Amino acid sequence: MNNTIVKIDKAVVSYREDVALRDVSLEINKGEFLGIIGPNGAGKTTLLTLINGLGKLLQGHVRVLGQSISKGSVNGIRKRIGYVSQLQNIDPRMPINVREVVMVGRYGQLGLFRRPDKRDRDIVDKALELVGMSHLASRPIGHLSGGEQQRVAIARALTQEPEMFLLDEPTASLDWRAQRELLELIKVIHEYQNLTTLFVTHDLNALPDVCDRVILMKEGRIWGQGKPEQVLKTDILSRLYDAPITIQEHEGKKVFLKAS
Amino acid sequence: MDFSIFGYSFMQNAILAAFLGGVACATIGVFVVLMGISFIGVCLSHAAFAGALLAVLIGFDPLLGAFLFSMGVAAIIGPLARRGELNLDTSIGVLFSLMLGLAFIFMGLMPGPKTEMLGLLWGSILTVSRTDLILLGIVAAAVVGIVILFYKEIQAVIFNREIALAVGIPAGLILYGILFLTGSTITVSLSPIGGLLIFSLIINPAAAAYQLTYSLKRMFALAALFGVVSGWLGLLASYWLDVPSGAAIIVASSIIFAIATLFSPKRKVKKWKPNDEPSRVF
Repeated sequence: MNNTIVKIDKAVVSYREDVALRDVSLEINKGEFLGIIGPNGAGKTTLLTLINGLGKLLQGHVRVLGQSISKGSVNGIRKRIGYVSQLQNIDPRMPINVREVVMVGRYGQLGLFRRPDKRDRDIVDKALELVGMSHLASRPIGHLSGGEQQRVAIARALTQEPEMFLLDEPTASLDWRAQRELLELIKVIHEYQNLTTLFVTHDLNALPDVCDRVILMKEGRIWGQGKPEQVLKTDILSRLYDAPITIQEHEGKKVFLKAS
Repeated sequence: MDFSIFGYSFMQNAILAAFLGGVACATIGVFVVLMGISFIGVCLSHAAFAGALLAVLIGFDPLLGAFLFSMGVAAIIGPLARRGELNLDTSIGVLFSLMLGLAFIFMGLMPGPKTEMLGLLWGSILTVSRTDLILLGIVAAAVVGIVILFYKEIQAVIFNREIALAVGIPAGLILYGILFLTGSTITVSLSPIGGLLIFSLIINPAAAAYQLTYSLKRMFALAALFGVVSGWLGLLASYWLDVPSGAAIIVASSIIFAIATLFSPKRKVKKWKPNDEPSRVF
């Protein structure tokens, strides 16, 4: 049985004079947890946007959840993919509360003219409970801390009842504790919901615990890939980032440090 | 106090126009304020103005010219922003200056006195025609109906367009819908309310409502209420103080905004007591 959920074939994406992705080919299997790392401008976010059809493909072919990405199919595909971006700058006075933001995840599924019913409200309540945000459901979204807003974003993506999770640096600009808690939550959700997850991050320390495979990107290409223990090595990472990186062991776990 | 003026049909029409225009413009204003595209009011009103002038110049119905121009500009705003990699407000600003230029050119080409055409900028709510009222009624009903029908999509697009797209909502379509609604509202309001007054009727009631609530539904309702009250208060003030009605409506809507800002719960700052501070660890 074919287990491939995403198949990218020789994809080229270009913005203005910059080629963001150069001849990228990648296959992702159902249930995989994929980490995507690389320096800024490596094409990590572009790779994610290619999968949910937000990015524009110049050449090549992309097949997601059994469908080729095209103008006609892209909306249907997006409804099946939960997307969480970096922490957004939300106006603290924005007149939308946490429950309403989470409900937005249901809107694509409902389609035009249909209003949310009890089932939709139950799904929202469950998602809020899962991310530990039920007690803040009536708060204006702009009043939440960064970590709380990202939990809400995950709850929103969960209400889509997605088959895939695309996470674009969801822990960026969060404090250390919020980063760890969010990562733990993502891991639990991935396992319990039987999702396929793509996780773009600069947090190398997060990778060994959660990822089945790590994709290394540089200058718009897939520069390397493999299991975390195969690719998360001093020489490979130092060459990837063009900066010396050291790895130390602490209580049996790898800790990645920027060497001075 | 003499209220006999309200027995006249011109005043009754003005009250009805203020009601319909207030509801339509203030509802549109909620999009404008929350999406940070405040220039759209002046841009589309000047597009409608330029269109009306061109239509008069070449012998067509000015309303048709106004409608075509404001719809055309509403349709160009999005692609111009996307192609030029500009934010929406910059794209609107560029088109506004073009429309202003075109309006002056068309006016320059027009023979004879221009007083009647300049009236489109100031509006004349006290001489509103039956056709104006019917058109205002149709657009006000369409604006309210569309907000009710597509509330969830509109809410998602207002919150974050990228997220709306990512969950499978046709965000581009909704955005164009909002721009076309704005264009239609401004076109039919041009003659009774005036190109300059529209700007304040779009922005001020919605900005006032924004100060008072964290609920989008309540913001729509409050904005519409403030829009209508601004119109009616302005009309009353215009009659009692013998000042131009358009200007009085602008001042009334500004006063409502000032009061809302003054009493805004969003401006409240939590009081801090020294005892609230946890003891220091070090």
